[in-house]
Amino acid sequence: MENKDTNWEPKIIAFLCNWCSYAGADLAGVSRLQYPANIRVIRVPCSGRISPFFILSSLQNGADGVLVSGCHPGDCHYLTGNYSARRKFALLKSQLENIGIEEGRVQFSWVSASEGGKFAEVIKKVTETVKALGPAKRLVKRCL
Amino acid sequence: MADLSSSIREEAKKLLKKGEADVIIGFEKGSLPLCATPCFIRNEADVEKLIWNEFCGNNLSRYLIKAKGKVGIIAKGCDTRAIVELIKEKQVQREQIVIIGVPCEGMVDRKQIMMRCQGNKITNVEDRDERLLITGDLLNVAVKKDECLYPGCQVCTNRNPVMYDVLIGSTSEEQQTDEFTDVTNFDGKSSEERWEYITHEISKCIRCYACRNACPLCYCKECFVDTTQPQWVGKTTGQTDTLLFHIMRSIHLAGRCVECGACERACPVTVDIRKLNRKMSADVKKLFDYKTGLDIDQPAPLSTFKPDDSEEFMLDI
Repeated sequence: MENKDTNWEPKIIAFLCNWCSYAGADLAGVSRLQYPANIRVIRVPCSGRISPFFILSSLQNGADGVLVSGCHPGDCHYLTGNYSARRKFALLKSQLENIGIEEGRVQFSWVSASEGGKFAEVIKKVTETVKALGPAKRLVKRCL
Repeated sequence: MADLSSSIREEAKKLLKKGEADVIIGFEKGSLPLCATPCFIRNEADVEKLIWNEFCGNNLSRYLIKAKGKVGIIAKGCDTRAIVELIKEKQVQREQIVIIGVPCEGMVDRKQIMMRCQGNKITNVEDRDERLLITGDLLNVAVKKDECLYPGCQVCTNRNPVMYDVLIGSTSEEQQTDEFTDVTNFDGKSSEERWEYITHEISKCIRCYACRNACPLCYCKECFVDTTQPQWVGKTTGQTDTLLFHIMRSIHLAGRCVECGACERACPVTVDIRKLNRKMSADVKKLFDYKTGLDIDQPAPLSTFKPDDSEEFMLDI
């Protein structure tokens, strides 16, 4: 995990909602859009499904960054899942920054099924930010 | 304080006599100076045990969840705020409880007094209005109560009970403080400084879960730290596992924490748990314009939403 080699590439976990962002990622793929290969996608039924535990466990187990993406407000397949998620994420992000996790490690966005281009942009931006921050050290669980 | 005690006794006696309550939850004299112990009074003869002083810090609403029958409870501002939340979350029925509200003037932090006495043994404490006269073998000091309040009491803006059936004494004057200065100050520090502070605090934690057990709103029958299938949080007292426990507890209490300070009082190793909970309270106020425990009809912030909630925290693309 140490940043010894100069070719270090961040590992980013992306939680994508099944109905919008995952389809958006698919569209980016079939449209042959280029974006960094640093993300590991985990498909979830809805952004409201994501427990803060998922995000914290990712960081604890060696992810350098976490991205959560769901349907735009109003477009949720389950009508209100992303609205509830938005309140939850606002608090989680603020708490993580409060305790001293670098701003930008955990990010949230809305990507619809038709926004393949936006998906590629989001991944580029997140990868850039996490790369600039360097390897995650603060919440990682290590053997003593 | 003495007259408050006697009015509380009278009221408790009345309730037990009329059968309006089967048990009264209040405070009795502790076995050590600077202490008051929660007690359960079931018959009129025991009513004389009840006391009220500046050491009645514990949040008695914690006992309501498991109480059976009709319960009378002596409650100060923070206790009633917790009761409001418990009723809202359907853990307690309003009809089941009789609230004897007592306006509070801030509770005195035993640990701060002991620090001032530099470890000398304290044998007696006398109440002299604004001061406490503390005596011991090598000790004879007067301490101003205001200077030794719990950190939570210092910034409390709801000292009077928000909901009660009977009010004892007259309402206290509410403090007009900017309640979140501590949060703003901490926010002003750099990420490194904050991390250093938090990890230092967390390193003290022995994961006894006293904070959780004392918290009136931590009533889950099975807490996330106790489950093994799935195991949400590692069981070690290592930095990240402990920190995860505290982060998740603060998230679970976001919009529910009434800032009674029970967690901090219960902590045997003085971890600054409020740093996390206060941040959540400040955010809930700022983002969702919600203050916990004041309005029984207002839904909890994380159980509801508005279509136009703030999206400032999201990626701007």
